[in-house]
Amino acid sequence: MTEVHLPELGEGITKATVSYWFFQEGEKVNEKDDLVELTTDKATFNLPSPCKGTVIQIMLREGDTANVGDLLGTIEEGL
Amino acid sequence: MRFKVLDLGLVDFSKALDLQQETFEAIKENTGQSALLICRHQPVITLGSHANRNNILATEEELKQQGIPVIKTNRGGDVTYHGPGQITVYPVFDLNSFKRDIHLFLRNLEQVVIDFLGDFAVKGERISGLTGVWVGESKISSIGICIRHWITYHGVSINIKNNDLDNFKAIRPCGLDLPVTSLEACLGKDVDIGESKKVLIRKFEDRFLN
Repeated sequence: MTEVHLPELGEGITKATVSYWFFQEGEKVNEKDDLVELTTDKATFNLPSPCKGTVIQIMLREGDTANVGDLLGTIEEGL
Repeated sequence: MRFKVLDLGLVDFSKALDLQQETFEAIKENTGQSALLICRHQPVITLGSHANRNNILATEEELKQQGIPVIKTNRGGDVTYHGPGQITVYPVFDLNSFKRDIHLFLRNLEQVVIDFLGDFAVKGERISGLTGVWVGESKISSIGICIRHWITYHGVSINIKNNDLDNFKAIRPCGLDLPVTSLEACLGKDVDIGESKKVLIRKFEDRFLN
């Protein structure tokens, strides 16, 4: 199981809002596909999937605030 | 970071977006380099990814009469207006070869605008907690960006000519009840778009080329 966490987005940025999941639980995703869109200030940031697999669980949903390091969701690696 | 400069002239918003997308894909696939696209747009209202449609104050009928389309985009921010009296710049930059820091990039964009205005002896300022550049209480420049794979697109618009300002009445820019101004309004005289573009490109080069 691969965990997807909110990465460091820059100095002084401690959190971001989850604005859109491009894939839902149970859907297959390729490595580097846009997985989740995050918004901070006047920027949107699309976090790519770290691996190929299936989205198992979405922990933080659209509208939720995530802190750097927070678990956003999990992906089961595989074809 | 190295980047090329492409002057698109007066161009449709959607065409400029296509070109950003092409540049983005080329950088991602290692077949192209960062680029600064500079242009002017026909009147258009664009919505950011978390835009509130209530911030469009004009009715659909009014917008239709004025020939102003509304386009949804995936940049950050709320509602903004683009028109031919503005210079709009799209830095499609690979931050992997600069610094992977969203806020640093936004602050650098603001500084480019402040330096640009400084060349005309106009004092541009930031407002704490907001993105963009103001002259006094009035907004002169809007910024909205999207970052994928640490490559940026969308960008910055600066109000240069006076003739576009009335169209801002159709919206509440960025969801704020703040007045807007232009470089011409600040100076009380005509400003040449071509000359302004040259100054702006130089400020981008000063800040981002290394």
